[in-house]
Amino acid sequence: MPLHRPALAAGARASLPVLLGVAPFGVITGVAMVASGIPPLAAMLMSLAVFAGASMVASAQLLAQGTPAALIIVATLIINLRFMMYSASLRAHLAHLPLRWRLAVSYLQADNVYGLSLSRFAEHPADPHKLEYFLGAGVLIWGAWQAAVLAGVMIGAGVPPAWRLEFAAPLAFIAMTVPFLRDRAMVGAALAAAATVIATHGLPLRLNLIAAAMAGIVAGLLLERRKP
Amino acid sequence: MSAGATLWLSLAGMAVVTYLLRASFLLLPPGVRTPPLLRRTLRFVPAAVLTAIWAPELLLEDRVLSVSLENERLLAGFVAIAVAWRWRMTSATIAAGLAALHFFAWIS
Repeated sequence: MPLHRPALAAGARASLPVLLGVAPFGVITGVAMVASGIPPLAAMLMSLAVFAGASMVASAQLLAQGTPAALIIVATLIINLRFMMYSASLRAHLAHLPLRWRLAVSYLQADNVYGLSLSRFAEHPADPHKLEYFLGAGVLIWGAWQAAVLAGVMIGAGVPPAWRLEFAAPLAFIAMTVPFLRDRAMVGAALAAAATVIATHGLPLRLNLIAAAMAGIVAGLLLERRKP
Repeated sequence: MSAGATLWLSLAGMAVVTYLLRASFLLLPPGVRTPPLLRRTLRFVPAAVLTAIWAPELLLEDRVLSVSLENERLLAGFVAIAVAWRWRMTSATIAAGLAALHFFAWIS
């Protein structure tokens, strides 16, 4: 199946403004990994193999605290559970594709690639070149992300602590969260998760993250307007 | 377990878990329907989990809840939320949040 070039280009073009956000978060992720003691080569391998910034920053902190591998993997599962939701909603558009393309789409899934593609698919539901649009956006964002992480890994511990650059990680998560807060139920889910994560922060093993995820989901389901 | 072994085991486990989550529904055969309750539940995961990651960075100081005008990270967080809400740009949100953090630290 030859790929449709104009749709690839359209996806790549649409992702250009997003790169302005991908680049700083990638650099911060690279800096955070090296600063918490991960060797540069392992940090780059993690970026290539995991390709999920939020979970990488969290794991770097947990590794620095001497957390066992099993718990780091569970924390990653919780933080990256959102990809399962992306997978479920992309399925409506891409389930008919050959397996090898679905495997590639799975690897390239990232918050902003998903966001760009889903808004495009909503506007053009019958577009025959959804795969190409996704790949155009996904490959460019992937490349920019890896380059940014590499830059961060090389800068590493060279950033003066007085800059307080570590605060950029929560700021990047805020930027990722806000677009989801479109209705009352979503805002309720976020507030319930925030309250729960604080109330249960004394729990060991990052269990407060699991408690917060469950509280957020329950709050969201309760506040959601049931469709008749 | 040595720190090196923990690192490599974590890296491998994180890669496998993350890929399986991303592939999950895309690997089901086209005929299979996803249960509506599951999809409704998953809808709230990003807002809940992402918020649970950043909220403690704003609200806790030395593991104690700190809601006051003395907490410059909380104030900078409000600035970042407002910028993210208005402009929907990661770079602007990070820049505004960091600038606000240094500003509030400087005036206090």
